[in-house]
Parts: sequence; structure tokens; C-alpha cells
Amino acid sequence: MQRVAVVVFPGSNCDADTLDAARAAGSDAYYVWHKDTDLQRADAVILPGGFSYGDYLRSGAIARFSPVLRAVTAHARAGGAVLGICNGFQILCEAGLLPGALMRNARLKFLSRPVRLRVEATDTPFTASYERGEELTLPIAHGDGRYVADSQTAAELEANGQVVLRYVTENPNGSLHDIAGVCNAGRNVVGIMPHPERRNAQVLGGQDGARVFLSLEARNATQHVGDLRAVDGRHLRV
Amino acid sequence: MSAGAYTVEIRVMPRASLLDPQGQAVHHALQALGFGDVAGVRAGKHLVVQVQAATREEAAAKARSMCDRLLANPVTEDYECSVSP
Repeated sequence: MQRVAVVVFPGSNCDADTLDAARAAGSDAYYVWHKDTDLQRADAVILPGGFSYGDYLRSGAIARFSPVLRAVTAHARAGGAVLGICNGFQILCEAGLLPGALMRNARLKFLSRPVRLRVEATDTPFTASYERGEELTLPIAHGDGRYVADSQTAAELEANGQVVLRYVTENPNGSLHDIAGVCNAGRNVVGIMPHPERRNAQVLGGQDGARVFLSLEARNATQHVGDLRAVDGRHLRV
Repeated sequence: MSAGAYTVEIRVMPRASLLDPQGQAVHHALQALGFGDVAGVRAGKHLVVQVQAATREEAAAKARSMCDRLLANPVTEDYECSVSP
């Protein structure tokens, strides 16, 4: 069972759904207030969606200076898993934990509807249980989802396979290269605009988002298998 | 030396190479109002910051630091500062 910290900022509004989705996947999920600096031995940290600090100045720009971000940054630098969903993605970009930035949707409208996506990378803690190239339907709900990066950064993202999710069929917000989610070079920090926590059960219209949370637990199980083999290997040598 | 209160006006603009949908929407609205001569519009932010500093140069340096760390996003925006008095 993974310990999953869901960070709550003033203005977060997807924190409860995210906590529920992580618990439904079998994780020991709990809230951490943005003024706290202790992640309570979290295995993974999730920055949920919402409108932290009213999106004042720029989405995520002020949340990025919350006390908890120092702990989240230390956790990320140490290789710990971090997921930013929607506003959480914006915060991770503002904090410099992910490359690029998220700007106003190309057609200015706030979009709240399901979109089609393709999973481009499965070697992250949050996409390990998907198939590469698999197509999903997940809801988006954002006004600032147009991912941008300079041309060199964009080329590096593509060359290193750091694009995690891409819009297919249509690009709703004008994002560069149809990007809906990216990870850092270390692949432990992931940011996505769609909301997997809003589609993790049939009663919500589908469960394409469930494996984002199940991936964490699956990875944990795989690590245990690895530990047992190692123990077994030592035993055989003795 | 002129230690004291300075006012720094900061202009933050979306980088020229990036799409500015807000500016475009204002442009279209101006055209709809009959301002057909308008060739382009870009929309940014204007911030007025009161700051204590020993000199005008120090006030400007503080403002640039504020822009680099918070007020402008280095990926998407450019800024200019002007100090008064």
C-alpha cells in the first residue's frame, strides 16, 4: 500500500475526488495542507486540480511559493513520484519541476468535456498500467491548458519520450504538439491536464482514469516481487 | 542618493512569438466596432509596485528580481520596468 499525499491549496476543488480515486486504487491517501512542510513519509504526492489562489497573476504562480512546495520539490529531487493534475500541472510548471508553461486556451473558452487521448509513455509511476499507444477518454476542465515550450525544449521532450499524454482526434486548447501531459527527464514527475479522478468508475461514465492511481500500487507490487527475487538470489548463493 | 519610496511600473507582455488569444479577441471586437484600421492588438498586464530602496537603481534591481521570480513567467512573458520618481 502506497502512502499518497494529496496537497490542498486554498482554491483546490478536485482534492476530495483525487483522494477517493487514490483510496479506490488501494492507496493510503491523506490530505496535506499547503502550509504544512511535512509530507508524512509520502511515497507519492498529488497536486490536485482547482483554482489555487484564484488563478491570480497566472495559474499556479502563487501556489508555487506555498510552504509545502519546498517539501514537494525535495521529494521530487530525491526521485519521489509527483503527479500534477490540471492546476497541479500548472503549479509544477511554475515551480520549474516540469518544463514549459500552460497558457490561455487558444479559443479563450473554459472547456469542460471529455476528450480523446493517447498514452505515449508508460515508464512513469502514473502510467505504468496502461499500454503504450492505448487511447482513452478522460474529462478536461480548464481555461489555461495550452501547453507551450520553446522549440529546443519541445524537441527534447519528443526525443526523450517525455510526452506522456497527447490529444487525438482534436486538440481542444491549441497546445504544442497536441501535448496533454509531460514528465520530467527523471520520469518521476508527471503533469497532465485531463482529470483521471473524474473517470475512475463506471458510474462516472467510464474507468479510463483508474489506472493512473492503480499504476502506483502496481509499481509497488512489482518492487516487492523484485525484493523477493533478490532475497531468493542471496539465499541461493549462501 | 535618494533613499525612500519608489514606484515601479511593470509591464508584462506575452512573448511576441506566442499566440495571444486575448489580444486577438480584442482585435476582432475593435474591428466589429468599425475600427478597421487596427492592425493588431496584444494584451498584457500592468503592475504598479511601491518599494523602499536606497537608490533608484536599487529599486529597479528589486523590481527585476520580482519579475524574474514571480511577476513574469520566463517561458511565456517578457517584462519592462520603469521607476519613478
